[in-house]
Amino acid sequence: MSILIEADTRILIQGITGRDGAFHTERMLDYGSRIVAGVSPGKGGTSVHGVPVFDKVAEAVAMTGAEASVVFVPANRAVEALYEAADSRGIRMVVCITEKIPTIDISRIYHYYRSNLVGLLGPNCPGIISVGKASLGIMPGAIFKKGSIGVVSRSGTLTYEIVDCLSKAGFGQSTCVGLGGDAIVGTSFVEVLGKFEDDEETSAVVLIGEIGGDDEQRAAEFIMSMSKPVVAFVAGVSAPREQRMGHAGAIVFGGGESAEAKIKAFESASIPVAKSPSEVPRLVARVLNNHGGK
Amino acid sequence: MKLHEYQAHKLLRDFGVPSPEGEVVFDVSSAVEAYNRLGSPVVLKAQVLCGGRGKAGGVRLAKTAEEVERAAAALFSLQIKGFMVEALLIQKAVDFDEEIFFSLSMDRSSKCPCVIVSPHGGVDIETLALEKPESIYRIPIDPIEGITPQKSLEIAEILAYSDGIQGLRDLINKLYSAFVGLDALLIEINPLVRTPRGDFLALDAKIILDENGLYRHPQLDFLTKDRCDDPLLARAKELGISFLPLQGEIGCIVNGAGLAMATMDAILARGASPANFLDVGGSSNMTKIEVGFELILRNANVKAIIINIFGGITRCDEIARGVIIAKKKLNTSVPIFARMKGTNSESALKILSSADIVTSETMDELIETATSFLMA
Repeated sequence: MSILIEADTRILIQGITGRDGAFHTERMLDYGSRIVAGVSPGKGGTSVHGVPVFDKVAEAVAMTGAEASVVFVPANRAVEALYEAADSRGIRMVVCITEKIPTIDISRIYHYYRSNLVGLLGPNCPGIISVGKASLGIMPGAIFKKGSIGVVSRSGTLTYEIVDCLSKAGFGQSTCVGLGGDAIVGTSFVEVLGKFEDDEETSAVVLIGEIGGDDEQRAAEFIMSMSKPVVAFVAGVSAPREQRMGHAGAIVFGGGESAEAKIKAFESASIPVAKSPSEVPRLVARVLNNHGGK
Repeated sequence: MKLHEYQAHKLLRDFGVPSPEGEVVFDVSSAVEAYNRLGSPVVLKAQVLCGGRGKAGGVRLAKTAEEVERAAAALFSLQIKGFMVEALLIQKAVDFDEEIFFSLSMDRSSKCPCVIVSPHGGVDIETLALEKPESIYRIPIDPIEGITPQKSLEIAEILAYSDGIQGLRDLINKLYSAFVGLDALLIEINPLVRTPRGDFLALDAKIILDENGLYRHPQLDFLTKDRCDDPLLARAKELGISFLPLQGEIGCIVNGAGLAMATMDAILARGASPANFLDVGGSSNMTKIEVGFELILRNANVKAIIINIFGGITRCDEIARGVIIAKKKLNTSVPIFARMKGTNSESALKILSSADIVTSETMDELIETATSFLMA
């Protein structure tokens, strides 16, 4: 069992005929993901890399049994696409790659998804990869190596950097989850940590946080109740206050949102915090060692 | 995007949120003219995009034309937290009995718009949180149903005496309409005052707009045009580059916001300091690199440039070509240190080495090479 997705998860791509949608569909297929359908209004009946395209999500679900969707639809039409997926009565998880969706819309979608029991990853996220099984999103499959480290992150390329360090040091990964860089995202650190805790394929977790919000503090509190060890990294020690650092959600308003405050929260919960991406594998080796000795 | 107070008042009035009569002026003589139209007394308020204006002496009361002239001249020469005062809002002074703190913001924890109120307004919320924390109330609003009659009553009852409830409920509804209608991340009215006649007035107004929502408000275009008088920054924004100038000496070009921050942190950890944050974004192309170089090299303090790319979608060879072109075009002698990893990195490294650019295998090596060069 993996977390969130399985090797045989039937995947739908919304916005499959767009430039990014088509490009990443091919890469996901190459990785072995089971993509059963695409949706692009007005393009029904065509196909992209051999994947049949439908006009509507409900139609695609009825015809192919799709159960997870990856959304590449541009921001001005993504909101509609997200509601359509939730209303399709078949899609149980949505990965939203699209960035720049207005915050009030995501706030409504968040609550709508929760009340309809549909999972949401993102928006503005790189997706999820169940190593060796399936990839939903835009993560570069080649850097991952099969193993037992779960990775959960708010960022994209920084995650790749750390995953690459882990792979090179011989620490393969079970699942890697990108939560997204916006102020409001569908899934929190705590929810993913809970899934890793229950996942028999995962032995330790690497958490990659950054400035903004207090999701890391909640995670630190949750980790104290976990049996599996966690190593953290927090980006943005050098970030000035009240300035947005690229990600819409990476901004420090109150003191609690700074990298220092987050690092302190982890350290006071006895969670080791790496000072650089390359230090992550060393800390993982240490916690696994200590853990084995328990 | 933060707005000036005068812009915030203007937008809020369109939603029926009243504020004292006022005019915005950009020089001393217009301030006096505004005073002549508004009548005595007036309040002159420096328009700066930061808090702490009152404490910095950015608000003055004036009762005569001479006082207005003196106050305006003083305010225009003021610098508040590094911001120059370029505009003043001249408002007719009003009497009031009560000062309320009211804000509506997007709450990251509950993923809801959240009303924060206190009947003890007029001081900043941080001070209030220290001195009278029990007087601050947080009321989350369900974004799907909006402000229900029960919610507006709940909020109004916290704030007003029996005779003001209905007026306050109307105002709360208008503020919420503005919050949603403008795609705001924050609307803060502090103080929201009640006049002796029982009317409510927004004496101050702070708005932060959600940049992701701007595309559906073409009527707000004037706000961005007002401030983007820098064509290079405008071009960078158009290309999807996030750029923020800082105080240090090492320029940074990185793909991805998280990796960009981690790169800056690593520079800092080695005792040097970053000159900027720069995320070239996904699917980076040569033009983006050129614009990035131009932005960085405008700063004469920059003594070295670090390029850290982890190519997933990004093709490293394309970035490398962009670096060569930019280096030639801008004819710069500032040393460049590059590390490129991922898609097409081998050909990228060849291209860079042929142009005498120092390349590194890992991020650690990159930072170490660049910082030791600087300290040598």
